[in-house]
Amino acid sequence: MFKTLKITCDQATTICDKNQYGEASIKELIKLNIHLIICRICIRYSKQNVTLSNFYKGYSKNCKGIAHCMSVEDKEALKASLAQNK
Amino acid sequence: MTEQKNILNINKWIDNYADYLYNYTISRVNNSDLAKDLVQETFFSGLKSAKNFQGKATERTWLVSILKRKIIDYYRKINSKKGKAEVRMNFYDDGENEGNWLEERVPQSWDNASEKNIENEELKNQLEACINKLPEKYAMVFRMKTVQEFETEEICKELGITSSNLWVMIHRARTQLRKCMEDNWFNN
Repeated sequence: MFKTLKITCDQATTICDKNQYGEASIKELIKLNIHLIICRICIRYSKQNVTLSNFYKGYSKNCKGIAHCMSVEDKEALKASLAQNK
Repeated sequence: MTEQKNILNINKWIDNYADYLYNYTISRVNNSDLAKDLVQETFFSGLKSAKNFQGKATERTWLVSILKRKIIDYYRKINSKKGKAEVRMNFYDDGENEGNWLEERVPQSWDNASEKNIENEELKNQLEACINKLPEKYAMVFRMKTVQEFETEEICKELGITSSNLWVMIHRARTQLRKCMEDNWFNN
């Protein structure tokens, strides 16, 4: 039984990353927490991950606010090439 | 009749949909030239198959479905041409240490985390630079999930990948980003 609960750092950090989006399952979280008891490196990773998630959130807010538009020249060029291909 | 209606509207396609399609594309590929190309290809394909348009969906929906195919084709292309070599490993991938941290990639403590915890333009630029250093497909998946905040299911459907596939990519992207931020932001 314990064998199935034992995971590597690679697997643990994968679950940790998944959990940043709130999508890790309970089974995965149990495995992660057992790993965190014995692994200090992954504890550090988890903590840093939270900081990074906050950064990404701020970044995301910033990016989502920008509406991208094509320039008038690009549109004209597109119209011309579309007309040629009609 | 729908056919006729469709032909009539082709002249207005660009005015009506170019910006929408462009915005849609750029949130996925984050490259303006590439996005322009994909939008152009979408209009061309739309033109070619205009006679197949049955009017079941709106014009915009129909064009977006073509664009989605273009994006998935692009994703497949970057997925196949870039091999494993480009991915920087963070863990041993075989031997007795399999799954353990590579010594040189072990997370270091961020001593100055508190003073670096401010969100400003500089941070934004550094994040952008780090994301752009990722292999293309990881950057694309990471952006869709983290920046655009799409549902997992939606990304999987759109790119034709499984969810475990997606989480492995997110994991690799994030470990790489962590290292990049450590080197360039926290401990520089």
